[in-house]
Amino acid sequence: METMFANLGVGLSAVLAIEPVTLLGHALSLPMNLVYCMIGAMIGTLIGVLPGLGPVATIAMLLPATFTLPPLGRLIMLSGIYYGAQYGGSTTAILVNLPGETSSVVTCIDGYQMARRGRAGVALTTAALGSFFAGCVGTLLLAAFAPPLADLAFRFGPAEYSSLIVLGLFGAVALSSGALLKSIAMICLGLLLGIVGTDVNTGVSRFAFGIPELDDGIGFVVVAMGVFGFAEVIGNLEEKESREIFTKAVGGMFPSGADFKRMIAPVLRGTALGSALGILPGGGAVLASFGAYALEKKVSRNRAEFGQGAIEGVAAPESANNAAAQTSFIPMLTLGLPPNAVMALMVGAMTIHNIQPGPLVMSTNPRLFWGLIVSMWVGNLMLVVLNLPLIGIWVRLLTVPYRFLYPAILVFCCIGVYTVSYSTLDVLLTAAFGLLGYVFVKLGCEGAPLLLGLVLGPMLEEYSRRALLLSDGHFSVFFTRPISLSLLLVTAALGIVVALPAIKSKRQEAFHEE
Amino acid sequence: MSVSLGALTRPARLSRRRRWGEAQMRIVNEKNFWAGVMFLAFGLFFAGFGGRYVLGTAARMGPGYFPVVLGSLLALLGIVIALGAVSARAAAENVAAFAWKPLLLVLVSTVLFAVLLPALGLIVCLCLLVIVSSLASHEFAWRATLLNAAALTAICVVVFVWALKLQLRLLPAFLG
Repeated sequence: METMFANLGVGLSAVLAIEPVTLLGHALSLPMNLVYCMIGAMIGTLIGVLPGLGPVATIAMLLPATFTLPPLGRLIMLSGIYYGAQYGGSTTAILVNLPGETSSVVTCIDGYQMARRGRAGVALTTAALGSFFAGCVGTLLLAAFAPPLADLAFRFGPAEYSSLIVLGLFGAVALSSGALLKSIAMICLGLLLGIVGTDVNTGVSRFAFGIPELDDGIGFVVVAMGVFGFAEVIGNLEEKESREIFTKAVGGMFPSGADFKRMIAPVLRGTALGSALGILPGGGAVLASFGAYALEKKVSRNRAEFGQGAIEGVAAPESANNAAAQTSFIPMLTLGLPPNAVMALMVGAMTIHNIQPGPLVMSTNPRLFWGLIVSMWVGNLMLVVLNLPLIGIWVRLLTVPYRFLYPAILVFCCIGVYTVSYSTLDVLLTAAFGLLGYVFVKLGCEGAPLLLGLVLGPMLEEYSRRALLLSDGHFSVFFTRPISLSLLLVTAALGIVVALPAIKSKRQEAFHEE
Repeated sequence: MSVSLGALTRPARLSRRRRWGEAQMRIVNEKNFWAGVMFLAFGLFFAGFGGRYVLGTAARMGPGYFPVVLGSLLALLGIVIALGAVSARAAAENVAAFAWKPLLLVLVSTVLFAVLLPALGLIVCLCLLVIVSSLASHEFAWRATLLNAAALTAICVVVFVWALKLQLRLLPAFLG
């Protein structure tokens, strides 16, 4: 407990550190990390508010713009963007009845009904306060569980890491909404795409076909932007209906005492459920919000009001998705394994700075590690303090027609991809992945497992090759080491559970809450 | 209820299957069928080309080992998915028509941007990107599009070139 607060203190001092900067020719001393956090939260909200642009596309788009920042500042800004994008998504859900991103799909149901009754302001405040509370709890959990998990990670050899990656990939599929076999195939495809480039063990260039740029592999920004950004733009253009925007008065912002009383239990339940689901591979914010809404609908005393503007229907999923967003950092930071697509992007951002995410970061770079954790809490605070007063601006932004927005999205995507490595081939590849992403949507294949596979592919190959080298080619190495065996048993158990017909239908039900 | 319904429909389904099944497969679930075909193609591609690299043994894997194993797995999954889609028990699903106009315009505008950027510089290419991609909207209007192009180009120049100092050529090469 004491070490935890000491660690958080290290983080706080890293976040609040005052650095000299030159701004417009003036030498100033500013807590730059706070500034990055604020800018990230603002930009994240700005883009998250736009319907159809989720956190993955937002982060991928803005990643290159953060290149010039120091590592800690960059990660802080990116996590600010992540929270901002999530918060922006809820705003859109409540005001327009369109989820800005998938984790706010259920917020639409009761949030929009509250807005129609002139209680949009209350719904937005509820979402913000619930998220903030969940964010605080999530940060504490992260600080408490990260060190023991990192200790455990030190006992991991290549066999354990291989099994863990398999569990992570399979878990991502089992807990996602898509069809099981297709999602597994998407992971395989992602793993294969991750293989493109120079083989680290032998130096042989694979699947590059003589194109020098491909020797470095296919960038995850290229794939993320193509599959999530471009494909979404094309998909949105296809739906010709003009969006109906809710422009009635937002109403009073402050929940009444009765509202507060009704909020407390759902926020607590949502936070607990979200924190637990966030750690699971593939869990993350989407599953948490669906789960929390379903739970509230079962246990709430006001269940009759659900679907007609029940404040519980906003409070629970919004706390849950934020708690999950927070705790999904745990496997990424301690084991170096991203549990979802957003974390995959964060891993990419860290490796660009030559920081290999994993148990070592905590001991070799404590300021970065704890600074990032504290900045998450600061980011959540920032969202409450900044965004509630700025609600008017976000509402205005929603009235900008899509025909102005999507060229802007394409422009930022193109410049973003190009400036990652100043390669026009990357832009062409993004267009190709845009086409592929559009085909995926048409064929009902999910993009998230692909991205996860792409990031984990090289790791999986590296670790399993090393494990088999050490065992002299005996695959039994994965089954005879206790940690590795238990990880694989969990994977198998997950597979059996998901394949059971009863669970299968429940799983589909959980993702079709409407 | 559902049991009796199933019993009632089964003979009908069987006869339908007999009619279609012998001469040709019936694709019940178009989405899954074509997804399976796509995975099969990707799997064969990676396994096939991966086979050109040294395979090695499990203890000393060559660069070809992983792609061949994974590619074969993907191809296998593709076959299973596609076969599942032609079974009479599959849920019927159709692939929605492609929106060719927005698809092509968005892709063409991006390709133009990539190909012309080294020669024509950022300003011209951004304007082209915005104008060509805007043609994809069903609400397209010239005046608004030109204004949008000018505004976005200005914002990008200020943010990326001036503020973030990214190395981007602004003007066409022939203007220096």
